[in-house]
Amino acid sequence: MRPFTFNKAENLSKVFAGKGEATQFIAGGTNLVDLMKKNISQPENLVDITTAVSGKITLNKNGISIGAMVRNSVLTTDINILDKFPLLSKAVLAGASPQIRNMASTGGNLLQRTRCPYFYDTSMACNKRKPGSGCSALDGENRMSAVVGYSQQCVAVHPSDMCVALVALDAEVIVMDKSMKSKKIPFKDFHRLPGETPHLDNNLPANALIQAIEIPNNAFNKNFAYLKVRDRDSYAFALISVAAALNLSNNKIVDARLASGGVAHKPWRWYEAEKFLKGKEATTANFKEAAKIVANEVRPLSNNGFKKLMLQGAIESALQQCLG
Amino acid sequence: MAAIPSSVKALYLEVKEFFIPPKQSIPLTISINKKPYTLTADTRSTLLDLLREELHLTGSKKGCDHGQCGACTVHVNGERVLSCLTLSAMLPGKEVTTIEGLADGDKLHPMQEAFIECDGYQCGYCTPGQIMSAVACVKEGHTKSVAEIKEFMSGNLCRCGAYNGIVESIQKVAK
Repeated sequence: MRPFTFNKAENLSKVFAGKGEATQFIAGGTNLVDLMKKNISQPENLVDITTAVSGKITLNKNGISIGAMVRNSVLTTDINILDKFPLLSKAVLAGASPQIRNMASTGGNLLQRTRCPYFYDTSMACNKRKPGSGCSALDGENRMSAVVGYSQQCVAVHPSDMCVALVALDAEVIVMDKSMKSKKIPFKDFHRLPGETPHLDNNLPANALIQAIEIPNNAFNKNFAYLKVRDRDSYAFALISVAAALNLSNNKIVDARLASGGVAHKPWRWYEAEKFLKGKEATTANFKEAAKIVANEVRPLSNNGFKKLMLQGAIESALQQCLG
Repeated sequence: MAAIPSSVKALYLEVKEFFIPPKQSIPLTISINKKPYTLTADTRSTLLDLLREELHLTGSKKGCDHGQCGACTVHVNGERVLSCLTLSAMLPGKEVTTIEGLADGDKLHPMQEAFIECDGYQCGYCTPGQIMSAVACVKEGHTKSVAEIKEFMSGNLCRCGAYNGIVESIQKVAK
């Protein structure tokens, strides 16, 4: 780890003082400290924002606002989240370990880097870590890599479970920049696809921070499921994960949400399958058809062809689980 | 730096790799096992390194040093966290409890007793982390079934495979 200066910002007005490229914010530190140990991240200054940024969850008439400093573990036990947005709680519980969930912040969860092994191995080429050096995973060990939305420059996946639920629930990211002005970014547009610039994970403006996440009210708190397939039963990143939610009237699907982790550079929404399900009966035949639509969108790499069938099965199972 | 051509910037970043800036120190007062420690620490030092290398509290173990094994688990403000991913500089004002702070004098914590009785370990390296995690697991109430215990202890790995004894220890204390 390279030496750095350390300062704690006591409130939001002090957070941005001296913020530039060489200064990074630290909240939970569960990813950043690790990246610093491996010299992948080399900030010259760290600013502790744990007190300055809100750690509160507040209900309002439009939905819920989750302060960026709310710890992951709090999202799994908060009474309002469990009541109105239980899918989020389920997704968070599927990720990391209790220790890490106690430390990790909501904002940090969005900003965590990929766990692609080539990103972490500084002796290997990686366009995300070192732009222009090449992608070792494209024709290398890409079992865990993307099956949709990737480019020749990068096939890494976003590692979060929480974000899969947030994109399914049409969340918004509230960001604040140096001018202390806040703006909203729809969650689906927050993370980027790799394209020609895989070193950019997301659209957070330079020197800005995430203040809060907002989820609008919805009717997805009755019939929902989060299904995660991984190499071991717990505490592992997803091969495939599926967030599914149905708004049912009798047995008719008024509206559907389907999203996946472990498939793309960003939390991925399956819009075509959602469109297919809308207005249909909640039957096994329709679930099977939706899963087929999803599987047809997938373009596996040399070592992850298994993800296509796995995904198809996971989508179908998750939709079934929504019925309880 | 925006006005600098990208090729020059790339060269600057490459050259910079070879020059390590001088280390930065920070004065800290941290409460560990209800005892305040006042010291000057390298800003880079994690809680785990501070405990083991500076304060010689070597109960907390360094397994992977990357948040994957749980051997370094301690409590901060009563909640289990990984000391290898916690910067010491972020701890002033918080209460740290390590495995050394669990017993009451010579009287072991019930979880420590249970681990001995139920063979909750073999080589013992992961044990301090397992016990700190187990104490929290009971406190959080995640002990309703074997499956629940396993899920909420999944952040602590045991290469000897003493998992059955660990689950038994937790069930014993949870009763």
